[in-house]
This record gives sequence, structure tokens and C-alpha cells, in this order.
Amino acid sequence: MAEDFSWIRPEPAGLRIVPADVWIDPARAVGTALVTHGHADHARGGHGRTIATPETLAIMALRYGVTEGAFPAPLHAPITLPGGVTATFVPAGHVLGSAQILLEHAGERVVVTGDYKRRPDPTCPPFAVTPCDLFITEATFGLPVFRHPPIGQEIARLLAARAAQPDRCVLVGAYALGKAQRVIAELRAAGFHDPLWLHGAMERICRLYEEQGVPLGDLRLVSDAPKGALAGAIVLCPPSALNDRWSRRLPDPLTAMASGWMRVRQRARQRNVELPLIISDHADWDELTATIAQVNPAETWITHGREEALLRWCELHQRKARALALVGYEDEDD
Amino acid sequence: MERFAALLDALVFTRSRNAKLALIARYLRETPDPDRGWALAALTDGLDFPAVKAGTIRALMAERVDPVLWTLSRDYVGDTAEAASLLWPAPDHSAPDHSGPDHDVMPAPGVSEAVEILRATSRSTAPAALAGLLDRLDANGRYALLKLATGAMRIGISARLAKVAFADAFGVPVDLVEEYWHGQEPPYRPLFAWAADGAPPPRTDDRPLFRPFMLAHPLEDGVAIDLESFAAEWKWDGIRVQIVHAATDQGGETRVYSRGGDDISSTFPEVAGALGEPAVLDGELLVRGAHQGGETGGAASFNALQQRLGRKTVSKRMLEDFPAFVRLYDALVIGGEDLRDLPWTDRRARLEAFLPRLDPARFDISTLIAVRDFAELADVRARAREDAIEGVMLKRRDSPYVAGRRTGLWYKWKRDPLRIDCVLMYAQRGSGKRSSFYSDFTFGCWDGDPDAGADLLPVGKAYFGFTDAELKWLDSHVRQHTVNRFGPVRETDRSLVLEVAFDSVHASKRHKSGVAMRFPRISRIRADKPAHEADRLDTLKAMIVDPVR
Repeated sequence: MAEDFSWIRPEPAGLRIVPADVWIDPARAVGTALVTHGHADHARGGHGRTIATPETLAIMALRYGVTEGAFPAPLHAPITLPGGVTATFVPAGHVLGSAQILLEHAGERVVVTGDYKRRPDPTCPPFAVTPCDLFITEATFGLPVFRHPPIGQEIARLLAARAAQPDRCVLVGAYALGKAQRVIAELRAAGFHDPLWLHGAMERICRLYEEQGVPLGDLRLVSDAPKGALAGAIVLCPPSALNDRWSRRLPDPLTAMASGWMRVRQRARQRNVELPLIISDHADWDELTATIAQVNPAETWITHGREEALLRWCELHQRKARALALVGYEDEDD
Repeated sequence: MERFAALLDALVFTRSRNAKLALIARYLRETPDPDRGWALAALTDGLDFPAVKAGTIRALMAERVDPVLWTLSRDYVGDTAEAASLLWPAPDHSAPDHSGPDHDVMPAPGVSEAVEILRATSRSTAPAALAGLLDRLDANGRYALLKLATGAMRIGISARLAKVAFADAFGVPVDLVEEYWHGQEPPYRPLFAWAADGAPPPRTDDRPLFRPFMLAHPLEDGVAIDLESFAAEWKWDGIRVQIVHAATDQGGETRVYSRGGDDISSTFPEVAGALGEPAVLDGELLVRGAHQGGETGGAASFNALQQRLGRKTVSKRMLEDFPAFVRLYDALVIGGEDLRDLPWTDRRARLEAFLPRLDPARFDISTLIAVRDFAELADVRARAREDAIEGVMLKRRDSPYVAGRRTGLWYKWKRDPLRIDCVLMYAQRGSGKRSSFYSDFTFGCWDGDPDAGADLLPVGKAYFGFTDAELKWLDSHVRQHTVNRFGPVRETDRSLVLEVAFDSVHASKRHKSGVAMRFPRISRIRADKPAHEADRLDTLKAMIVDPVR
């Protein structure tokens, strides 16, 4: 039996669109890459041509110095690729600039989600359900134990913890691209307008968000903080800095971390997190399964994450599915 | 259950001891009886529902969740109760938002309602009862309920910590809490009535209850003690025990308690069976032998005692090969009279007078060291290692018997430690305040001639002995000399020599090096010494003085 969708092929370097000779989120340098979003495991430098949303290209220029061969793909505008393939970037709701990619060829529609979520996010447009024949989805939180609470509840816990211990600062570990800005925007939406203090690694990306039209309010650098200014403050840093020497300068920090993994207590404990905030930029179990049902594809492929459980769910619901086990995608810090 | 669930979660994520104490104390103050008593029992391992086991949870999940999804989830989370709490299907599946319970179901059960329901169940009714409770709770509540029901808290709260929190909550002395606690059953209403409402304390003389131990401070170097005011005795290397007999309705009961208040009577039945009069005695549990202090010392090494520890039942052979006895130090109660407020001299006289009434095979008295002055005592202590004695104790002659470590009353003066030069091999991050520091160090000795290709073998692990400044130095050394990372552990390039002090070293089959150190600590950083000049394993093995008998 001839394999369905033979024009799109999982290869070690990533998903390859054979007739167009382009890759999606390739793990190594290729001639032409379609990039779903700016996270390092999806967006790498060195490609001949990089096709992505203007926001993602701006992020890549900032973080990886990608400027040569950048080809902007505005949302919802079909792009004609060689070999009779059309690509359309559709919002994925993951981070600023993130997109799903709808590919059309020979009468078949394929959607590659990249990373996505279904919850509202003030920093990017929401995920658009796009009917298709083949749905290629992520499964970062593809286990039924992952059910993210509403973000308002987690932001309220963060503010309550700050209020309860005014002599300490709350140090929030958050992925520098996306998570940090979403937490900031949600804090602002909750009425918190005090200065927020940043680890140096977050400064430029926050400025880029503001340039792209996402207001983040009064942001300052920890390195500029006068003595005593950080007691009672909220400080954001990348997760790797939470327990490192950098944090020793802070006044008795209460360690928080914003991540979907914080749902599991031992994961939080392993990172010495005192205040786990279950905030994720990925779809949780209910959203992953509901999205498959809404998109209602003939077939589902699962790129990365906890694919066994999602495969099992597809099997239980009589949906044709396979796991691609693509290498190189990381999920530790979401 | 919501408050208890919030407490559990806060405790899981709080590292600092003081913060944990404050959390528990606040809960105990603000929660009514009997909820707070049941919660306290749950925290201190004092609750047991024989009809509810981990298997009960697994069986419930098997009926509700696809077995493949359950296994994947359980393996990922690593905790059956937590995985079940997250996976438990909400009774109303149409609700897409899992943030709260539904409105039309029964309200969430309180702690005592849950306890009453679970206590009333049998093996056959437990699953339905538990499921009914789970249906009424959100994810955090389900987690708390399942932890409460199965008793496997694993949240790092010791019974002692909970008692200190109880004392803090109501401003009562923790020694009294320790004393009254024993013999109380959950939900501890009389205990709360006493502490919170000023009711008279629960009775303690009609049961063989544990009393908190009096402990000693280490004697600082260079401090001289006037032996006019202090008595000196040997420090024996066994385990400190309290043996208690109380007259009860059934005629009389005896218990042997360890330092932490654990009942070890069944591990040492020959000792428990040897006290038949109302008394509370303090002493060192030892095994007969001729190691500590030679023939006249009459006690085997700690290793011999170790053969007896941790056993729930004891074979006849064990009793014959390793006969235990108690070397008495003090008397808290004799014949129903509480002696604790008397000066040590008077208690000692009462103990000496009581001794002839005890079985000499099971009890003797720790003899006083006859010396003229402190200088002579220092000489005696200096020879302690030859006699395989741990050190000497100094007790103020007029000291009452008070719980815990009170400054100026009792001192322990251990023999000088042994020292050896080791090489730093691995370092692990600490926790709490030390979480950004590599502060747990594994070190090794050369298994032969390093110049002839011999390798290092780990011989011990230490996480204290250094100053804060030295810790900073060690931390940056580890970071700059890392050759490998294994999660929180870093392997170093084996270039740093550490002088390690330890009390004694024993043969051990469980360690690859064949040796186990007691109380190792970092005594000096020898950055000046090249690693190949560190000591060899043979040197360490030569320090073993360690017959099992």
C-alpha cells in the first residue's frame, strides 16, 4: 500500500516537504527553512532562506543574528513554493510570532502546529483551528495528568505570595522568550504596575516585544537596582539562573517558576522551587485532544513530547496516528 | 480539606525549617478541633487506615482510566497518590474548566469527615467510600486526601518538627509537649485543650510514657572545667535509651525508648523484661563484650550493637550472641516520685540506692572517673582512644534533669578525632540556603600508589566542618574544576586535597572501599598539597579498631 502524504516526510533534520525541497523547523542548516516560531530548538541559524512570520524573523535576527535570506510570511497570506506547494502561516498562540503552517499540495491539506496553546495570551493572537487531512501536532504535555489551571489563578497566587512576605523578593524563573513576557503582561492585566526587575538576559527580548506592539510597563534591570529596592519586588530570570550564583545578590528570594511542569510536585522540588506557578505556553492534555477532535483530520502525526499517551488516546478514539520521534526538540524549561 | 491541602502543598515546597514551623503553627491555631488533631496525626505518621492501601488507589484508577494512560501517567509523576489526584475524572465531564468543583455536588469533605468515613470502612467498602470522597474534591484536595488515607506523606516533616510547631503555635514549652504527647491518641483533644485553652495537662503516671532526654553540649577547645562543680564519667558508644516502667491496670508495662522517643522494646526484649518496678531510667544501651574499656569496661563495640538494631523480632541466637544491657546514667522517676528537679548528686545517690534491686545482667551503672583535677581528666581523655572509649561526659553536680541541651549543665568531651588527607571527587548542591552552593562533598583515598596508576576510591561524604568563607571557596573550586555532570552532582578533576576529621572508621561490606567513617567532616582545605600525596586506603584501614564482638 502506498504511504499516504508521501510528499511530506519526517527526516532526521526535520519535516521535509519533498516537492518544494524545504524543511519545517529543521535541526541543521538547510537550503530553505519554514520556521514556526523563535524558540532555539525550532529556529536555528545558517539556512539559505528562512521563511517565517515577521515577528519570528525579528526574534531570530535578535537572538541568532539571522538576517541573510529572511523572507517574511504574513499571517493568513498563502505563499507559493516550488513543486506546486502552497504554505500559509496561521496563528498558533504559543509566543509572539508563532504560527502553524498549512501546506497544500495535490488536493491534500497538511497542518504543522509547531508548538501551540489554546489559552488566551495578551502577547500573541489565538490559535486558529484549521481543518486539514493530516494534522502534525506537538505533544509536550501529552499526558492526562497535565491540566493547566487558568492563568489568572496562578497570577493571583504570585501576587499573594509577594504580599505575604514583603521583606523578600519573589524570583520568577520563566523562559526568556514568550513565557516571561506573558507573565509580565498578565501581571499588568491584573493591575500590578510596580516596576518589574529583569535578569540581563531578558532585556533585549522584552524590548523587542514592546517594539512589536506588546506593552510591558515599567521594566528595570536587577543590575541597576539600588540597594534595598528589591525587597518586596518581583524579579524575572531564566530558569537556569534560579539557583545559580546570580540569585545570591537578591534579598532572600522566594523562588518561583512559571512552567507547565510545575503541575508535578517532584519536578518543582527538584528545582528547589518554593512557589510553583503552573503557567504553560503549550496545550495541556484536554486541549491537545480537543484540538484533534475539532480539526478532525484523517490522520495525526505527533512530532515531540509525550507521544505515547497521545497515540494511545488516538487509538482509543479510532483515529489513525503515528509518532515521528523527531529529535532535537526540547521541553525542559517551558 | 482545602486548608489541609494548602498546608501540605506549602510544606512540600518550603525548604526553610522556620518557614515550615510557621506554616504548621498557623494551621494548628486557626483550625478547629478535631480537624487539626487529625491533620497533626497525619503529619506525624500517627494515622492508619488498615482498609486503605496504595493498591486501593490503583484498583480505583483501573476502573476509571485506560490502563495504558494510567501506567504512563503514574510512571511519569512517580507518585501514585499524586498521579491519581491529577487523573481522577471529574464527576461532571461537561465542565471544561477543571479549576473548581461543580456546584451541584456535595460540598468538599473536611478532614474529620474524611477520617470518620475512612475509619468506618472495611476492605470491601473502602474503594467506594474513597471514590465518594474523591468525587467531592479538586486536584489538590484529592492529593491531600490520598496522602492522608495511605499515610505515605513523604513531605519531610519529622514528628519532632511538628511538636515544635505545636509548641510555637500555643506558646507552650516543647519539652512538655513531648512529654504529654506520648500516650495520646489522635485527634489529641486533651493536648489541644491543655495548650490552647489552659486545661490541666493529660496524666502521665499511669502509662509507660517517654520523657524528653537531657542532652549535652560539646565542650569547646581550651575551656577548663572545675571538677568541684562537675562530675566526670565515661561517654559510652552505644545508643542512648530511656527505660520506663509504669504500674497499669494490667499489672505493669515496660518500654524502651530511643533518643527520638521511638519504642524499641520489641528489639530488646531482654532489657524490656528486666525492669519490674515503676521507674524512668536514662542510660546507654550496649552489648556485652570486652571492647570498650577492656574487660572491666564490659561493653562490645558499636558494631556489635548494630547487629541488633532495626530488628522487629529477635532470634534466640541473637540474644545469646549479642546480649544487651543498659549502663545507667540517671534516674528521672523512681517509685512514682519525679526526681527531675533534684540536683544531679541527689539523683545519682537515688540511682545507686536503686541499683541493687535491678538484675545485674541487664543493668549496671556508669562509673564516675576518679581524678583530682581537670588536667588529670585531660590525660585520661587523651588515652580514651586506646581504651576504645568515645570520650568523657561532664555533668554539673547541681543540675536538674531538663529536656534538651541547656547551656552550662552537661558537656560531652569526645576524644580527639582522627584525621586523613583525602581527594575531592564529587560535589553535590545543597538545599535551602545552600541551594546555589556545591556543599556536599564526596572524597576518596588512593587504592595503592598513585604514581603506579592506582585509582581513587570514595571513602566518605561530608557536608559540614567548613566556614561560610571556605564553602564559597569550595563552591568556586568545584565550578572551575568540573569534568562531568550527573544531574545535581559534579565530578571534579580530583586535584584538591581535603583533610577530613572523623571519630572512628569501621570495616564495611556495603562500601566499595571496604570502610565506613563515623561523623566525617572537612577539617581543613589543603590547597597546598598535591593530590598524589593524599593518603592511601591502607592508611585508613589501619585505623580500624573494630571487632564485631
